[in-house]
Amino acid sequence: MSAENKDVDKETLRKKLPITYDKKTQLPLWRDVRTLTLNYTISVGKIFPFFEKLAEGKILAIKCKHCGELYFPPQVDCPKCRKSEVDWIELSGEGELETYTLIKIKPQSFSHYDDYVIAIGRLKEGVRVLAWLRVDDISKIHIGMKIKLVVSERLPESYLVYEFVPAEE
Amino acid sequence: MVIPLRNVAIVGVGHSKFGRRVDTSLPELTWEAIKEALNDAGISQEDIEFVSLGNIGVWSSEVSPGAAILEYSGLIPKEFIRVETACSSGSAAVKAAYMAIASGSADIAMALGAEKMNEVDTPRGVEILARIGNYFWEFENFGPTFVGYYAFFATAYMHKYGATEEDLAKIAVKNHYYASFNPKAHFPKKITIEDAMGSPYIAWPLKLYDCSPISDGAAAVIFASEKIAKKLTDSPVWIRAIEGATATSNHSKRENFLSIPSTRIAAEKAYKRAGIDRNNPVKHIDVVEVHDCFTIAEIIAYEDLGFVRKGEGYKLAREEQTYIGGLIPVNLSGGLKAKGHPIGATGVSMIVELTKQLQQRVEKERQAPIEHGTALAHNVGGTGHYVFVTILSLSKP
Repeated sequence: MSAENKDVDKETLRKKLPITYDKKTQLPLWRDVRTLTLNYTISVGKIFPFFEKLAEGKILAIKCKHCGELYFPPQVDCPKCRKSEVDWIELSGEGELETYTLIKIKPQSFSHYDDYVIAIGRLKEGVRVLAWLRVDDISKIHIGMKIKLVVSERLPESYLVYEFVPAEE
Repeated sequence: MVIPLRNVAIVGVGHSKFGRRVDTSLPELTWEAIKEALNDAGISQEDIEFVSLGNIGVWSSEVSPGAAILEYSGLIPKEFIRVETACSSGSAAVKAAYMAIASGSADIAMALGAEKMNEVDTPRGVEILARIGNYFWEFENFGPTFVGYYAFFATAYMHKYGATEEDLAKIAVKNHYYASFNPKAHFPKKITIEDAMGSPYIAWPLKLYDCSPISDGAAAVIFASEKIAKKLTDSPVWIRAIEGATATSNHSKRENFLSIPSTRIAAEKAYKRAGIDRNNPVKHIDVVEVHDCFTIAEIIAYEDLGFVRKGEGYKLAREEQTYIGGLIPVNLSGGLKAKGHPIGATGVSMIVELTKQLQQRVEKERQAPIEHGTALAHNVGGTGHYVFVTILSLSKP
């Protein structure tokens, strides 16, 4: 039996039945013997410059060459113009905090992090960004405060992301 | 061009007990609702021509659950579609069945909503729910939960209008109060303001008692054309409007966190089709079910549906104006908060509840006085990614 079956009752295991009993109701539950682990590969070829420039500490958005619409998250197709001629532009990162929350109960795949603040900031270019806001003391956070979007290294995975930090007032 | 639609009547409703239903499989659970609806309509499976199902799955083992449910329930070989619009999938199923009748494609159709969320443990359930937001640009790097997404709205709303956490708690207290009279509710028990205020934060400023639970449940509604409805029932409930709208996947593309724009658009369209004054809809409506997946969502819904002006929704909660006898009674079923929120079942469950409210056959403690013969259901997928507003009436369009 697999690791998933650790909670299977010894007596039922002896009868060769993968049965566990619900802790609250004692009702029998079939403990699935087939385990599926999902990990996706997501195509980023069309927006690859965004990731290349992260390594240089830059955060890029896309501007449609025809109508001037600014896209963040970046997308290479302008649905307004139905055209795909775009410029990559570097965002200043300077913005204001619009709203935020402190996540106490985390998704399972985020359970190894300390509690984190997720913020939505509006950058001076007009686009909004959702990202973590790195602060020592959450009581110092307030709507309207100046924040800056920066590239940082996410630990323990050691990969590049962007996050907000309080701006020097 | 206005396409002439046929009138669509509700002729039977069914509803399973909502809760942590580890005693049933998904087909067994759905059959509870189907059986009740068939009995209520006084028809057999053979009479059904079309079946739609609102279901998200992922947390349940059956990848394509439609055929398993149809087989178990004796509904093979009926035409079937499954629909997905996150937490409003049930309303999408209602719309599909409605359109089957309205278009003339079928004379009797059934909408199902069913969800078995407890086939995985709570951490995995929270993870799957969180992935309903934009996966790559929100979830992958920043791990918001659904409570977190609604916390964006709570933070911004309380800052702008001066609403308090206690105002939010009053929504939970009201919905638990009515759930205590609903034997099919997940949590049929009253709570106090102190219970709600003392519960732990899940995503600040929202606490445990601001949140709907992870529930299993199923609901079923049978629709018929006017000609068939007359043969089946003396008291049909008519669909006067079912209208939908959408909002951006990325929360960073929302204009603000004070309003759900898709609710406003869907409501406007539904009011227009049903002939309801958008500037004062409460004068036409007896009873409402709104999408209170989190307490803040109910308060914002009061405003987006036009019951009060922008920024005044929390006052309805504070002054207890959405109990029976107030301005407009809301969520007399217990709402998602206390009746439970088996994602795909919720939209269908709202129609079951309001049909019974209009026919005055719910428990007396939670029966709204029916004067206008009109009810409204508001069902939100995500944080307004998808919204449906449905108007039901005792009078034919």
